[in-house]
Order: sequence, then C-alpha cells, then structure tokens
Amino acid sequence: MSDQKKPKRRDFLFTTSYAIGAVGVGAAVWPLVDQMNPDKSVKALASTEVDVSSLEPGKSITVLWRGKPVFIKRRTQEEISEARAVKMNDLKHPEKDEDRAKNPEWLVMLGVCTHLGCVPLGDKGDYNGWFCPCHGSHYDTSGRIRKGPAPTNLEIPEYKFINNNTIKIG
Amino acid sequence: MSDHNYVPSSKLGKWFNDRLPLLSLSAHLREYPTPKNLNYWWTFGGILTFCLVAQIITGIVLAMHYVAHTDLAFASVEHIMRDVNYGWLLRYFHANGASMFFLAVYIHIFRALYYGSYKSPREVIWIIGMIIYFLMMMTAFMGYVLPWGQMSFWAATVITNLFSAVPFVGESITNWLWGGFAVDNPTLTRFYALHYLLPFLIFGLVILHIWALHVPGNNNPIGIELKKPSKDTVPFHPYIVIKDLFALLLFLIVFAFFVFYAPNILGHADNYIEANPMVTPNHIVPEWYLLPFYAILRSVPDKLFGVIAMFASIFVLVILPWLDTSKVKSAIFRPIYKQFYWILVIDVLVLGYMGAMPAEGTYLLIARAATIYYFVHFLIILPILGKKEKTLPVPLSITDPVLGGSPNPNVVKKKEIYN
Amino acid sequence: MKNIIKSICFIFLSLIFLSQNIFAEEKKKLLTTDWSFKGYFGKFDRASLQRGYQVYAEVCASCHSLKYLSYRNLAEKGGPEFSKEQAKAIAANFEVTDGPNDDGDMFVRPAKLSDKFVNPYQNDKEAMASNGGAYPPDMSVLIKARSGGADYIYSLLLGYEDPPNDVILDEGVYYNKYMYGNMIKMPNPLSDDLIEYNDGTKATEEQMAKDLVTFLAWTAEPHLEARHKIGFKAIIYLIILSILAYFSMKRLWSRVEPEV
Repeated sequence: MSDQKKPKRRDFLFTTSYAIGAVGVGAAVWPLVDQMNPDKSVKALASTEVDVSSLEPGKSITVLWRGKPVFIKRRTQEEISEARAVKMNDLKHPEKDEDRAKNPEWLVMLGVCTHLGCVPLGDKGDYNGWFCPCHGSHYDTSGRIRKGPAPTNLEIPEYKFINNNTIKIG
Repeated sequence: MSDHNYVPSSKLGKWFNDRLPLLSLSAHLREYPTPKNLNYWWTFGGILTFCLVAQIITGIVLAMHYVAHTDLAFASVEHIMRDVNYGWLLRYFHANGASMFFLAVYIHIFRALYYGSYKSPREVIWIIGMIIYFLMMMTAFMGYVLPWGQMSFWAATVITNLFSAVPFVGESITNWLWGGFAVDNPTLTRFYALHYLLPFLIFGLVILHIWALHVPGNNNPIGIELKKPSKDTVPFHPYIVIKDLFALLLFLIVFAFFVFYAPNILGHADNYIEANPMVTPNHIVPEWYLLPFYAILRSVPDKLFGVIAMFASIFVLVILPWLDTSKVKSAIFRPIYKQFYWILVIDVLVLGYMGAMPAEGTYLLIARAATIYYFVHFLIILPILGKKEKTLPVPLSITDPVLGGSPNPNVVKKKEIYN
Repeated sequence: MKNIIKSICFIFLSLIFLSQNIFAEEKKKLLTTDWSFKGYFGKFDRASLQRGYQVYAEVCASCHSLKYLSYRNLAEKGGPEFSKEQAKAIAANFEVTDGPNDDGDMFVRPAKLSDKFVNPYQNDKEAMASNGGAYPPDMSVLIKARSGGADYIYSLLLGYEDPPNDVILDEGVYYNKYMYGNMIKMPNPLSDDLIEYNDGTKATEEQMAKDLVTFLAWTAEPHLEARHKIGFKAIIYLIILSILAYFSMKRLWSRVEPEV
C-alpha cells in the first residue's frame, strides 16, 4: 500500500511519454499517407471548358475531365420527352430529369458506370440511353439506371454554361 | 529435436556456430524428421518455394528494362519482348509463373483441406498461409496492371472501385489509392513500387510459415500425430529433398509447356491493346486465379455487400480451424466429409467458370447458388459434420497397421495407396 | 446421404455443360489454313513472310502502323530475313524527322535500319479524322490482341459479305460476319490480283490473307522460332533429368520401408 503513490506518478510519466510519442509517430506517418493523395498538378486539371457549338441534336461528344470521360449530349425533343415522362416509381434511384438537366437540351454527365467504373456505350440498351458492356447496366435518356447491377444514376458533375457555346466542367 | 546438440566437426565450424548457429540451422533442416508416408500432394510446398524465388529473380531482371509510366509502360514491355536478349523468355516466364504459382498454391490449399492440415496444432501455419495467399493475390493483381494493356487498366479500375463501396469515405479512399481522380500515372507508379515490395513480405512470411511448420512437424495422409523422430519418419535430406526435386521437375515440364508453347493462353487478348481510359473492353475478366472471387463479388446484387461477401469468402478460410469441429484430420477416415470436400472442389470450379461468364441470366443464377453453397459448406456443413459424422477407425502409427478400434482391412489398403 | 450428394453433383455438372453449349452457339467457327508457324516445331515460311510484308506495305500501310517494329527487324533471324541491302532499300523509301541539327532546326532524312517503322499518321487523332472516327489499330501485336489470333484475322479478311436484309448499314460501314457486332469501318482490303507478288505467286485473296497473317504473326511474336526451338530442348532436358531424379529417388528410398 505504501508504495502505491510512486507507481502512480510513474504511470503518469509513462502515459504522458506514450501519448507525446504517439503524436510524433502520427505526425511522421501522415506525410507518408498523404503523399498518395492527388497531387497539385493533378488537382490543377480539376476543371475544363468545352466548346459545344458544333454539336448537332441527337449527337454527343465525350471529353476527358479529371481522367474520366464526360458525356455531353445534345438531346432531341423526343429523348427529352421520353426522359421526362418516366414515373418516379419506376426508378431505382429516383431523380427528376428536370434536376439532372437544367437546360433540357443538354445532358452533361460522367461517363463512368456507377457499378464498377466502366464507360457505358451511347444509343444502346433497352431504354435508348446508355448501356454498360461490363456487367449489363441499362441507363435511360437521362442517364438514370433502369436495369442491371449499377446502384445509382450516372453522376452529374458540377458544370455551368459560360456562354451559349461553352460549358465549364468542374 | 535431435539437432539441438549438433556440434560441427571442424574447429572453424564450431567457432562460427557458437557465434551464429547457422550450421545448427542447416543441420536441423537436413535432419528434420518428416513422415515417411507423405504423398506427392505434399511436394507442392517445395514447388511453391521455387515459384516464389523464380518470380523474384525474373521480376528483378524485368524491372531493369521496364518503365513505369503510362506513356511508356506498354512500349517498354514490347521492348522487352523484341529487343532485350531473352527478354521474351523472361517475361513469359514471369507472366506464366504467376499462373503456375497460383496453380500450385491452390493444390497446396486443397491438399490441406483434404487432409485436415489446418487443424490443431497447425492453426498458425494455416493462418500465415492464408495471409501469404492474400498478399499473393494483391501482388499478382498489381503485376497485371504494369503492362498497361486494356485489361490492366480496367481490372485496376474495377478493383479499386470496390473501395468506393465503403460508406461515407469511399470516394476519398479511391482518390487516395489512385493519387488522382481516376486510374492514371500515379496509380501505375505506386502499383509498381508495391509489386516490387510485396514479394519480399511474402518471402518473410514463408520463413515464418516454415518455422511454424517445424514446431509440430508435418501433417501426413493419415492425419495422426507421430513420435519424432521414429520409424515413422525419415530425415528431410535426402529423402524428401529428392522427392520434392522430382516433383518439381515434373511441374517444370508443365510450366515449360506453357512458357514455350502456349505463353498467352492464360492471359487475355485485350491486354495486348494499350490501355485507353475512353474505351471499355466488351467483357472485363480478371486473371483465371481470381475468377471464383470475382463470381462471388458479382453474384451479390448490392455493391457494398458484394465486396463484403468477397472478403468474407477469404475470411472464412482464415477461421476454418475453428469451423471444422471434427477431431479426425484426414478425409480418408471421414467418409461423409470426403464427399462434401469434392462438392466444394466442384463448387469452386463452377464459381471460377461463372466468374468468366457475363453476369446475367442463367450464369448469374448458377453463380448465386454456388456462392451460397460456398458459405454453407464452411459455416454450416463443417461445424455440424464434425459433431455428427461417424468416422472410421484411425491407425495408431504409419508402420503398424494397428487401428484405434477394430481392425479394418479397407483402411489399411487405402493407406497403402496413399503411400 | 450419398444419393443426395451425387444428385447435387449431377445437377452442377449438367448446368456447366448446358451453359457451355449456350456459350458455344454464340461463337462462330473461324476459318483456318495450314499455318506454318503452328505446332511444336512451327517455323515461319520465309517466302510467305516476304510476300506478307509486300501485302502490308502495298495494302495496309497507308492506314495501319507497325509502330513497335524497326526496319532492322526485316533482316533479322527468324523473320522475313530480307538481306541487309534489301532492308536498307526498304527503309530508304521512308522519311523520318530528325534533329535538331546544329542550327537548331528539325530536318527530314531517309529512314535507316535502326529507325522504327514510320507511322502513316502523325497521331491517333489524325488517324481517326481520316477514317471516319474509327482508329485503324496498330498491327504490331494485333494477332495477340484478338481472341482467335491468326485464324480470326484471316477470317476477318475473308469475311466480307453483303449484309442480311434486316441490317441497315450507315455510310462507310461494312458488313463482316466475323467482326464483333458484324459492322466494320474498314472496307474489304483484299481482292484477287490487287497486287503483283515479286516472286510471281498468284495473288488470290486467300493467298494474300494467308501471307499477311503470317507476316503479322511474326510481327506479334518475332522470337517465335527461337521460343519453339529452346522450348523443345528445355523440355527434353527436363524429361531426362526427371527420369534420373526418379531412379535416384527409388534408390534412396529403397532403404525405407514402405517405399515411395
């Protein structure tokens, strides 16, 4: 009983030493972990501007943004009405076409299948939209998942029209 | 063990051995008492050691010519294939060596499953083995990315995307793995660094694996613990060494057949097309040795649970020593387990086949059934079977056909076959 | 119990065979011919390789590159084995950009043996723009890059047909029964007597396809002959050594009862 105090003080000393030591180890490990994150040159390519003036209705182009393909589709009236007519109950991941394409003529989305990251093919599949050849996901004319293993709709990146002909992605 | 009191005969040897007992170690390895009834399925440990060393050596020389950059990787592999002296041989040896390594490791694992080698007192050997197997898969996967063909790129994309299934931090993890917003040059260079590193970790674990083996000694076809050394054992050198060598030579004939006459048959044609992030191959398949896991991944409709199921399928193997409750090790004395064992083998083959097929329609249904059966085997059948199964009498030693229970001529006969 | 297990096995196996049959039906049987380079002792037919190069140079080279090959390869052992002079003459027909020279300017000179094959296009984008958006693939490893290999390319070259009535082709798209999806952007490249072979062989469509595919099999696998040769020796060596090892093992184990 009488030497209980001593170990206690020593415990405090040891605990503090361990704690301070752990902070140092953590601080030393962090640069080793963080070096793997996207570096500055990669981040610098985070946004891109695309001239879409030459795109005919019904056609689409694919641009590379952050190493991923982005589909820019100028939709026909038919495709727009097809996308807007879909009932929310029929969707696996309910999103209104109005929310996905602010300007109904233009659909801008990541061309990366939300299942395992393949590039879907245009004008294919059961819903006249996109079809992922890897594991058979079907997307409609709004890029929404309708059939197959993909969990969510094709992602809409951040973008805005700088003027009538130019879209800035990112 | 007999080698503990080993004394080198020469003076110099004794002087050195007192300071670093390498000679004692070598004497231990030579005299290590090994059951004399080990059959040829036991030679795959030696074959695997050869595979690892051969992969490391060919890998190091290939690294002298390979360039880890998205613009140059594919061309540098073609440079190895065309211009480097014997480059084609080294590359084909290394690429097919991976397949041969997995072929051997699967035989090694299924041998352990058949003869109950994972059971007490060998659980730690088994767990280290499973870690080695897991690291092998990572190494092989990253190595497959290096030639920067279409399959390299898309396999890397699909597999790294698995981590995006993690709730909340998934995207951060994938960006961290990629070093960007997609699989790209930073991904290639880090995979190269890790592909170079992991084999040495595996090498270290292999030493632990053998060390852990040398504590209880080898299991054997009849699965009884032996007195060591005794008339049931032989010294490792020369008896097991020559047998392992003979088996290795036979294995090398198969190996050479692939390297020289069918070097691309186990690969995928698309990997001779340079990686292109804008074009997805029609059909993405991993290398054959990962197909069963790929089938499990795809047979679950939910992405996160698919990933969990895939990792769980490896994890059930890790905890196998506690799932199999039977006291009897060898399937020779477990008539019902033996049947289930072969069903499991077929099940895994079916999973592998389904992993190569598109995940739709009948294929998907079969893959789902096979996935469920895989888990049922380990999680339900094995624990129950160990308690309910009526096992055959087990002999007391290898040499004496004396059985634990009543004499059973059948068993003795079988034993002879397995010798 | 045993019966249940057996029936499970049976169901599994029959499902495998069933699915294999479904799979088999989707595949078309490829055309083939007597390839000189197949088999354990397969070697390239030199004359066929040289003719194949001629087909490549006169028919394919205007669109398809062979970017991993150098002109020196044409004279190397195991290939078409043109003489050094012939290979030099072939190389001299092409122009490469070199430099910068002492004035800091890039200049154009005739290609040398050490140069890589000159690409028909400056870059992939130009290749796509000149071919209606479809990029003519590099042919260096084409044989290895298509499942079916030599047979597939051979079939493709001979697989042009008029489309069935229910298939409507866009402008600049052709029907080929061996192409994935049956639609191909490349017009039928070969026709009888399209070129005149230097060695006087009759240039039928089949002959040209065979020669070209043989040539491409070599570009994809330039060390195939060495591989076959070394492989044969290696396997014979391994067999002899394993026989020796087997008897050594028998001898050693004869001291142990029971033997292996």
